[in-house]
Amino acid sequence: MKLTLKVWRQKDAKSKGEFVTYVADDVQDDMSFLEMLDVVNEGLIHKGEEPIAFDNDCREGICGTCGFVINGQAHGPRARTTVCQLHMRTFKDGDTLVLEPWRAEAFPVVKDLVVDRTAFDRVIAAGGFITAPTGSAPDGNAVPVPKENADLAMDAAACIGCGACVAACPNASAMLFVSAKVSHLGLLPQGQPERPERIRSMVAKMDAEGFGTCTNHGECEAACPKGIRMEFIARMNADFVRASMASGRREAAGDGGSG
Amino acid sequence: MELKSNVPSGPIERKWDKHRFEMKLVNPANKRKHTIIMVGSGLAGAGGAASMAELGYHVKCFCYQDSPRRAHSIAAQGGINAAKNYRNDGDSVFRLFYDTVKGGDFRSREANVYRLAQVSVNIIDQCVAQGVPFAREYGGLLDNRSFGGAQVSRTFYARGQTGQQLLLGAYQALERQIGLGQVTMYSRHEMQDLVVVDGRARGVVVRDMVTGEVQTHLADAVVLATGGYGNVFYLATYAKGCNATAIWRAYKKGAAFANPCFTQIHPTCIPVTGEYQSKLTLMSESLRNDGRIWVPKAKGDQRPPNQIPKEERDYYLERMYPSFGNLVPRDVASRAAKHVCDEGRGVGPTGYGVYLDFHDAIQRLGKKKIEEKYGNLFEMYERITDEDPYKVPMRIYPATHYTMGGLWVDYNLMSTIPGLFVLGEANFSDHGANRLGASALMQGLADGYFIIPYTIGNYLAREKFAAVPADHPEVRAAEQAVADRTARLLSIRGQRTATSFHRELGKILWEHCGMARDKKGLEHALGKIPGLRAEFWKNVTVPGSGAELNQSLENAGRVADFLELGELMCLDALERDESCGCHFRLEHQMPDGEAKRNDEKFCNVAAWEYTGDGRKPNRLVEPLTYENVELTVRSYK
Repeated sequence: MKLTLKVWRQKDAKSKGEFVTYVADDVQDDMSFLEMLDVVNEGLIHKGEEPIAFDNDCREGICGTCGFVINGQAHGPRARTTVCQLHMRTFKDGDTLVLEPWRAEAFPVVKDLVVDRTAFDRVIAAGGFITAPTGSAPDGNAVPVPKENADLAMDAAACIGCGACVAACPNASAMLFVSAKVSHLGLLPQGQPERPERIRSMVAKMDAEGFGTCTNHGECEAACPKGIRMEFIARMNADFVRASMASGRREAAGDGGSG
Repeated sequence: MELKSNVPSGPIERKWDKHRFEMKLVNPANKRKHTIIMVGSGLAGAGGAASMAELGYHVKCFCYQDSPRRAHSIAAQGGINAAKNYRNDGDSVFRLFYDTVKGGDFRSREANVYRLAQVSVNIIDQCVAQGVPFAREYGGLLDNRSFGGAQVSRTFYARGQTGQQLLLGAYQALERQIGLGQVTMYSRHEMQDLVVVDGRARGVVVRDMVTGEVQTHLADAVVLATGGYGNVFYLATYAKGCNATAIWRAYKKGAAFANPCFTQIHPTCIPVTGEYQSKLTLMSESLRNDGRIWVPKAKGDQRPPNQIPKEERDYYLERMYPSFGNLVPRDVASRAAKHVCDEGRGVGPTGYGVYLDFHDAIQRLGKKKIEEKYGNLFEMYERITDEDPYKVPMRIYPATHYTMGGLWVDYNLMSTIPGLFVLGEANFSDHGANRLGASALMQGLADGYFIIPYTIGNYLAREKFAAVPADHPEVRAAEQAVADRTARLLSIRGQRTATSFHRELGKILWEHCGMARDKKGLEHALGKIPGLRAEFWKNVTVPGSGAELNQSLENAGRVADFLELGELMCLDALERDESCGCHFRLEHQMPDGEAKRNDEKFCNVAAWEYTGDGRKPNRLVEPLTYENVELTVRSYK
């Protein structure tokens, strides 16, 4: 099949970007979307032009590196699929596809379709962990975890940190991403001691990084390639209220207990 | 150069305890004064960086990805082994040790493997404490599954995403240390060279992949946890960015490279469909628990699988290996698949595929149970192939998946360059000539969480460190070499892309240094690779400049190194004139087609010492002695 691509080209974070039109000939059904772009890029290199920059790594939908917007949809039209796992059989001959990077203030464009998502790392560094220094752990079976909780924690932990939720959200909110981590750790007994502190720190960092607020559009869930559900946002909101009420108590305990 | 393994004396069960006591410690106040460089942020890298930072060292951690959470450990699906014996099925530290040594076809170092089995139990505890959501039973305790090469159930898992969950645990521990200021993280930075001063590793030269800036970072020790080199084959299950540059530069600075020809071909990957193919996708070995592998009995049988009656199918693994059946080790399963396809009994459009069939398991357990166990894998298969594995058997074929070879390290995980440590898949240490499933995650975390934090202290405590000036001649030389090489790649402006060279190299290696090797083929490959490399340096084209994000330049640099490494692999395969594990020399096989070892001549590690471009490297040998297991013919029948 033959496709027309309108691709966002931007030299670097400071330069102005624009759409440039390319034609992709001889596209095979079994190609992945990124393999189709590989072929376009090989052609550009042969013509002495700069290839289209896009992030990618594992190409099996788990590392979360790839992602851009195809015709207005983060990761393209197929539900629960990263762009590296999207195959060209999804499209038909003659289609025109518009490719853009994730658009969000917290994710500045690095080049073409590549954006800087280190804001996500900083949100995790603010509290998205369980403090368990190496060597200090009790036996793995010392604390039983109900299977339902473990399974639900795993549903939340499946987040790959690709940023599609932010890109899809009209407010560029990171609530689905943050709530997935808060829920994953908060559902497990090991995550309880830091639960109030974790959510307060992560939410504060999320706001400071310039992500918007959640107004329950639900675009995030629709775009998420791993099927992370909005119920985790509800869970996080409830947790946040609880943590806010508990905050005074915890600080008081900290004041008296140090030293 | 001499290879001193530094394995402690005494009985094997006591070696690590004894060594831990004998190693020198760095007192907490002095730990603050040391900076350690960690290159790589996978299980070994992130785990090691976080653990050393927890001890009080300052760590600088580098990765080429945009975030440390993307390291390719994330793609491991099936699970992680540990000798917990929670199943009460006869497992023990000694059994895990024995299975691993035997699985590696008696080409690994006993003491290292025993230590790996010992610390395996701590790994699970550590991961649970971090919040890794392992699969659990209804009673709330940890669940297990079986894996190839073992007759006990010792594999812990988190659906089909075990690597992801373990990595996120290590990544979160790392991010915590970044937040505390103990680790400085440099993402989108790629190591380009190693700085060796007065014979000790003291720093790295890296390229900031966004600005193109070449920077030098100095430290008291350098740790490489940069993964394997399987992308040398071009088509592999690795992430596209995985590369050998860090270990290859270290090799050229004096780190011996051990057993480069030991590359694992995984039996269950989705077959190749076309020339544009950029990578191959693995289907977890855990599928072999419930899937049955077969091909038609008759050659060229074109009927759809559901129209081939049971009696006309050859469940060849069950037939050839009745006691392990579909769960034979990877090298055995891969070779058997190649064998039936070479006979003309392969399936699918190319004839290079075999069926992995869940029909019987679905009948026995129900679709729901199968979905619970393998749902995400089935979904992934369906996305790629457009076929529903609940209805039609999967088609699979072997693909490059892991490299057992890597930089040579001693018992302390230190290379032949003092102060340069190597962890995880980047070293050669634990898997011999074949790695068993669910052991890579175990080794990565063992090295990172439980070994390097001890052994690095022993090194730092025994040495004295004066600051290396930024204008030291060795630093300047390394920076200049990096700048020159980048300029050279950009100046050629030839006719071919780096990818086209990479693909060609991959085909040569797959054909002659893949699942089956012989003298004639290896000599042929050794004749071809230098010519291809010469053409690369005359005719490659790299657009753009060095002072920006330039993915073509990154790729070209990696391909240039693969073009050198591929030759060393063939040389190693040629000189190892025996068959063992993954290394199957057609000249050396049993009457039934199994690998035939030559323990008299090759019960050893071959480590290669760089002697200059265009010169044949030196082959050094570390003899392997087996005091606790008997060298036997590996049998899974």
